[in-house]
Amino acid sequence: MTLTERTSGGGPPAAPASGDGRPGRRRGATAWLGLAGLGTLLAVMEIVPRVGLVSPKYFPPTSRVAQALAGEVTDQAFWVALGDTLKGWALGLLIATVAGVVLGVLIAAVPVLREYTASTIEFLRPIPSVALIPLAVLLFGTDIRSTLLLVVYASFWQVLVQVLYGVQDVDPVADETARSYGLSALARVRYVLWPTALPYVMTGVRLAAAVALVLAITAELVIGAPGLGARIAVAQTSNAVPDMYALVTVTGLLGVLVNLGARAVERRTLAWHQSVRGEVAV
Amino acid sequence: MLDVRGLQKVYNGGARQVEAIRDLTFTLSAGELVCLVGPSGCGKTTLLKCIGGLLTPTSGEVLLQGRRVTGPPPGMAVVFQEYGRSLFPWLRVGENVELPLRQKGLPKARRRELVTEALAAVGLADAESAYPWQLSGGMQQRVAIARAVAFEPEVLLMDEPFAAVDAQTRADLEDLVRALWHKLGVTILFVTHDIDEAVYLGQRVLILSSSPTVVREELTIDLPDTRDQLHTRGDPRFTALRTHVQEQIQAAKRGLPSPSTAGDEEA
Ligand SMILES: Nc1ncnc2c1ncn2[C@@H]1O[C@H](COP(=O)(O)OP(=O)(O)O)[C@@H](O)[C@H]1O
Ligand SMILES: [Mg+2]
Repeated sequence: MTLTERTSGGGPPAAPASGDGRPGRRRGATAWLGLAGLGTLLAVMEIVPRVGLVSPKYFPPTSRVAQALAGEVTDQAFWVALGDTLKGWALGLLIATVAGVVLGVLIAAVPVLREYTASTIEFLRPIPSVALIPLAVLLFGTDIRSTLLLVVYASFWQVLVQVLYGVQDVDPVADETARSYGLSALARVRYVLWPTALPYVMTGVRLAAAVALVLAITAELVIGAPGLGARIAVAQTSNAVPDMYALVTVTGLLGVLVNLGARAVERRTLAWHQSVRGEVAV
Repeated sequence: MLDVRGLQKVYNGGARQVEAIRDLTFTLSAGELVCLVGPSGCGKTTLLKCIGGLLTPTSGEVLLQGRRVTGPPPGMAVVFQEYGRSLFPWLRVGENVELPLRQKGLPKARRRELVTEALAAVGLADAESAYPWQLSGGMQQRVAIARAVAFEPEVLLMDEPFAAVDAQTRADLEDLVRALWHKLGVTILFVTHDIDEAVYLGQRVLILSSSPTVVREELTIDLPDTRDQLHTRGDPRFTALRTHVQEQIQAAKRGLPSPSTAGDEEA
């Protein structure tokens, strides 16, 4: 009711995580349709190079890529690369989330700070992370810290902006209630502001997680910092085209997993929120 | 106990200035149940927020037990009209009631005791682990009342708490307020725009004029202390009192002077 009206106006709150009230049968059907679509794509990618429509040299058929993938997963070096990528991604995301949340709450809690930082944020935010690649190389060379710099920069804004939205969504009646019961400023941050902002924080982290993965791979690919991206670059230069596709597929799968994981966390922490409410047992 | 002296509140919304309250003076003695009735937009909520220390008056002052109110005073609880927004949707009913007690620094065992008692007092003993949004409007307002009761305030402010619930629930909640008042001996200032409700509940009724707001009349409700929906509302004295209040409010709307200067020509 009121809550729905309020949140729909602000920034994107936690999007309904598949719990949008559609009956399960429909959802199951959609999932099957999606799988069928994916299967068709894989089949087309198998057939098109085989009948010679595109050169199998650059577009190896699905089965070749699958073979290469099987080869990769038995290679120790692949797992090391995957670990490096995940490390850069997770660490960067963590730093960005903590910094985004702390600064966001601070900026929102001190009105002077909000006006003071507004134009700076508007200026820094649109700078594409990749434009910082030269800086990263200058500072850290091909070290994993190069990846971290880019990942942190890109994901930080996602989190910060959502936190700023979320903090503005605090209901004045809820805040007055808290004040009238003598809750201190700190207690109000903890019991009113934080829970209000949490759905936004979750959305921010979910978006940041996706962006962080993009930037981690980019940094590895372009700078040569250790990880899957660097391995893709090596596969390309050594003309191991099927391996290159296999690795690209892995990065895609990582993206899917990251998104699914983020949504699962969202659902668990926001059981009270209207976007997931339907699933709570009364 | 509670003194409001020469209270004025002007909202300064940029170029537009709204004088929500002109000049209010009244007193509540300890343990009294006083209803404040006035037309919509006459500044009732503004007044409660000034008393509750949530707003700073433009001039005048509020004294609680002789001490000037500058921020939310410790012995005061407020029940807001917007119960849906006043309860925290991320906390369960029991946690909502408990939160202010936690802030008070009460030990856990005592907190549990108070929460259980308060929820039982409003007839919601079994709703403790539900979320507020799983309850009906009337139940939510009862949770808000339980939260105030558990806080053990000396003064309870209620801002049109039943304006948004259906008539039957409303009657029940009115009786609940009287029962709790009897049981706890708390001082209650109950704000409403509903004349019947004011007369039914109060020992005294303060009638506010429309904006710019002053106290138009203070009326003692000389009905017996035990009231019930059926008989009290059928009582000829009740009817006479509510007619009187209604006339005052109508006159206030038309901007007629109050009875102290105009005599009885309306009666
Ligand atoms: N925050 C505010 N800023 C400016 N004007 C306000 C504000 N709150 C209330 N008002 C104005 O003050 C007057 C009294 O409002 P309110 O106290 O809510 O009345 P009531 O509770 O009796 O309906 C109204 O004219 C309203 O528009
Ligand atoms: Mg009001």
